[in-house]
Amino acid sequence: MTASSASDAASSRPPRVGLFVTCLVDTIRPSVGFAAVKLLEDAGCDVDVPRQTCCGQPAFNSGDRVTTRALAEKTIAAFESFDYVVAPSGSCAGMIKTHYPELFVGEPDWSGRVERFCAKVFELTSFLVDVLGVTRVEARYDGTVTYHDSCSGLRELQVKAQPRQLLASVEGLALTELADSDTCCGFGGTFCVKYPMVSDAIVGKKADNILASGADTLLAGDLGCLMNMAGKLQRQGRDVAVRHVAEVLAGMGDGPAIGAPAPAKKG
Amino acid sequence: MTSTPSSRDTVLASVRRALGVTSREAPRRQEVEARLASHPAGVIPARAQLPPAERLELFKAMALGAASSLDHLASAAEVPGAIAAYLSTRDLPLKLLRGADPRLAALPWSSAPQIDVWIGPSDGRQPVGLSHAFAGIAESGTLVLFSGADNPTTLNFLPDHHLVVLEAKDVVADYETAWARVRAQFPDGQLPRAINMITGPSRSADIEQTLLLGAHGPRSLHVLLVGAPS
Amino acid sequence: MSVAITSPEFKQNATEALADPQLQAALAKAGPGFVGKRRDAIAKLPEFDALRDSVRDIKNHTLAHLDLYLERFEEKVREAGGQVHFAVDAAEAREIITGICQRLDARTVTKSKSMVSEEIGINDHLAAAGITPVETDLGEYIIQIRGESPSHIIAPAIHLNKDQVEADFRRVHTDLPADRDLVEPTALLAEARGELRQRFLAADVGLTGANVLVAETGAAVIVTNEGNADLTQTLPKAHIVLASIEKLVPTLEDAHQLLRVLARSASGQDMSVYTTFACGPRRALDPDGPGEFHVVLLDNGRSAMLGGTLKEMLRCIRCGACMNHCPVYQSVGGHAYGWVYPGPMGSVLTPAMIGIDKGANLPNASTFCGRCEEVCPVRIPLPKLLRHWRQQEFERHLTPAPQRYGLKLWAFLARNGWLYRPATRLAMRALSLFGRDKGRFASMPLAGGWTATRDFPAPEGDTFQAQWRARKAAGTTSRSPAP
Ligand code: SF4
Repeated sequence: MTASSASDAASSRPPRVGLFVTCLVDTIRPSVGFAAVKLLEDAGCDVDVPRQTCCGQPAFNSGDRVTTRALAEKTIAAFESFDYVVAPSGSCAGMIKTHYPELFVGEPDWSGRVERFCAKVFELTSFLVDVLGVTRVEARYDGTVTYHDSCSGLRELQVKAQPRQLLASVEGLALTELADSDTCCGFGGTFCVKYPMVSDAIVGKKADNILASGADTLLAGDLGCLMNMAGKLQRQGRDVAVRHVAEVLAGMGDGPAIGAPAPAKKG
Repeated sequence: MTSTPSSRDTVLASVRRALGVTSREAPRRQEVEARLASHPAGVIPARAQLPPAERLELFKAMALGAASSLDHLASAAEVPGAIAAYLSTRDLPLKLLRGADPRLAALPWSSAPQIDVWIGPSDGRQPVGLSHAFAGIAESGTLVLFSGADNPTTLNFLPDHHLVVLEAKDVVADYETAWARVRAQFPDGQLPRAINMITGPSRSADIEQTLLLGAHGPRSLHVLLVGAPS
Repeated sequence: MSVAITSPEFKQNATEALADPQLQAALAKAGPGFVGKRRDAIAKLPEFDALRDSVRDIKNHTLAHLDLYLERFEEKVREAGGQVHFAVDAAEAREIITGICQRLDARTVTKSKSMVSEEIGINDHLAAAGITPVETDLGEYIIQIRGESPSHIIAPAIHLNKDQVEADFRRVHTDLPADRDLVEPTALLAEARGELRQRFLAADVGLTGANVLVAETGAAVIVTNEGNADLTQTLPKAHIVLASIEKLVPTLEDAHQLLRVLARSASGQDMSVYTTFACGPRRALDPDGPGEFHVVLLDNGRSAMLGGTLKEMLRCIRCGACMNHCPVYQSVGGHAYGWVYPGPMGSVLTPAMIGIDKGANLPNASTFCGRCEEVCPVRIPLPKLLRHWRQQEFERHLTPAPQRYGLKLWAFLARNGWLYRPATRLAMRALSLFGRDKGRFASMPLAGGWTATRDFPAPEGDTFQAQWRARKAAGTTSRSPAP
């Protein structure tokens, strides 16, 4: 594979990628972060994880511009020395890439810097396919999977073909399409807390479609959506494993699925 | 009654305040005048940009697709006979109401003496109305009709069955071409009271979103297409 | 009927809507149809996206010159023998319309579907003046006889099923034989047609909305599939067009750019059945048509929107695509929104019209999935405008206290990474310890809304960042998660 951006064409060193791990992966499911690191390293990147908190999306979507702006400045400062910034989430990458510029409108000191920064930010699968030109991964997953297109990745970053293309190269994996795969799962960040009954109705329809797909595994690229769908399926007692797409692509799909019990501790 | 000057002025002043303008800016006025004078066409779908014969075929296909029915006749002389056939195959009374339009008056009604032809606007009691279209639009199978002294609008809406004579030479590709013809016909800019664009018979989907034909307007729309494209 | 505001009770409304099996069945039946029909229609028009850009630009141009186009429109209507009335607010519009009706000694007024007429609550006002308003759009007629308000801007009775309509017709049409057969929907349609035909012919005044106003010619463009707007405007003594000021476009050609995206976005038709350019009263020699032609131009807060972020909302052509594609609307239906305009467009407009203090629920009740913006034919960035309202709410300290404090605490932590990382680490390790066996929680403090219906996954253990640093310190790479 080749790193095809102009900034890298000049040098032959591997691209330096800052992993924006996202709050949810950091706290709830670190294994997704390690899967992302593996995929990036396998693709020839030099990965590091600078100290970070949150991209600011919860504040942004709650109308708190001051906090959003402060977190954006911190994120930019932490990551701008990297060639690329990659997140295993369309939602967080979309927040940075499409919304950070709005926060700095009319500030000449910032706007150029923010623009350069945002140009380096990518969702994981889109970075692998669109930037690095990765066409296949070395992984095996025995199962029938279906894929939910998380809204921000799909609509803000046009992530749709990339995960499917990579999944097609996973040995043993059969992909079956999900009806209405591009409809919201009802997570919506703070929405699911503020209007839980509406959120539940939406994820209920999603669960019906997932079951109807006949898949034994549900994949997506955003942990928030995955937790929502996993939580619903588990409450219904359904036997569908729910995983982040990175876990499967990295060949790390053999650990406990989201919300499944951890294996008994050894020794 | 007209609007009190104050409300008119209040609204316009409020618009201007929000826009940060005074209305006396010459460039703004020029831009508006230029747009009105040039009335740019915008994006016109390629769909109907076809040679005349294919354009006519597209019109027919689109009209049928919108649930209109259609007879393509070689000449106007065939219209009365085709109407008689249409009415009798549908068990309708051999009676119709039409406007005084000279193009309809000139049809050889004596060739179908069984049809009882009345002239005037509809009061809702006549099952069949006959009109003459100004144009047909191939892009969507739409008929364009004008109101006027000889063309009562009620004929388009009150009868259960609406029959419309359309000359093939008047089938144009798109709405924009139709408007160019309208502008040519009314150079002073004073349009007829109503310009009706009609695409198929009346319908409603308001009960469980199931499409049903024959809501308030005609239950059937029949096009009598006459002649060859120009 | 004029709509009582229940937007502040959105949660309650939504809960009731979710528990209403009949409504849920109606929504499940109608929703996918709209989505599919739109998709099929635009698939057949490769220029659709270019037309969207074109209409967006036309609307932006018109709004930027709205004062001049309003003046031109007024002049042209006058030239054609019609009258133009500007109304600053709903009350003034009601007075103007009622005044015209009273001058003509009107007893009944036929109406074709108009959301602006719902906005100003004209029906109650007319009734109070002893004038009977008769809704003639089939869906509007059904909800009028039920004493309801529309639940969708183009499909007002979308929340009802056929059996309900049948029951209402039997209740109201008492002059018809009680044993008549109304099993088929066509029988219901035929019955409504018969009832309303008499009303059309008897009406003294016809009141319509307008989908577009054309400045160049002074035309009001009115679109229907039923033909009811044409009977409404053609038969009575006077035709009153009630339209809001942002309905203007400059020219006839511009109108068709808009019409090409309107029907496709709304119902998946290439063109609605009846598109009528109404250009004034009956001419001297015309055998039919209204003797008077009035246009009531309503502002009602719109001019104020022109100057700010919400300006983009004024491009809206009321196609309904945003609600047809909205997961929230599709779950709770239109009445839950608690005022005239539902769905994403309503969630932007309603706070502007009834106040953010009363309308705050609506911009919050969105997942920001972005599907509305994706389908909007005039490219209104609806999520951005909803976020604008959340910002207003936050900045004016209207956000409910628990959310506000929660957000404050989180913001404090997130802005202070030296505190955030150890705090999240501690919390996750504790949660993991409790949840590890099951892998998830069936209930959780502070997340009761979630865990009432969904499990919550237990964290794996230490945070990613802590594990990463430990590995880096140990010189091991990052190939696999902690054992
Ligand atoms: S906001 Fe857009 S999608 Fe919604 S009704 Fe208006 S024009 Fe249609």
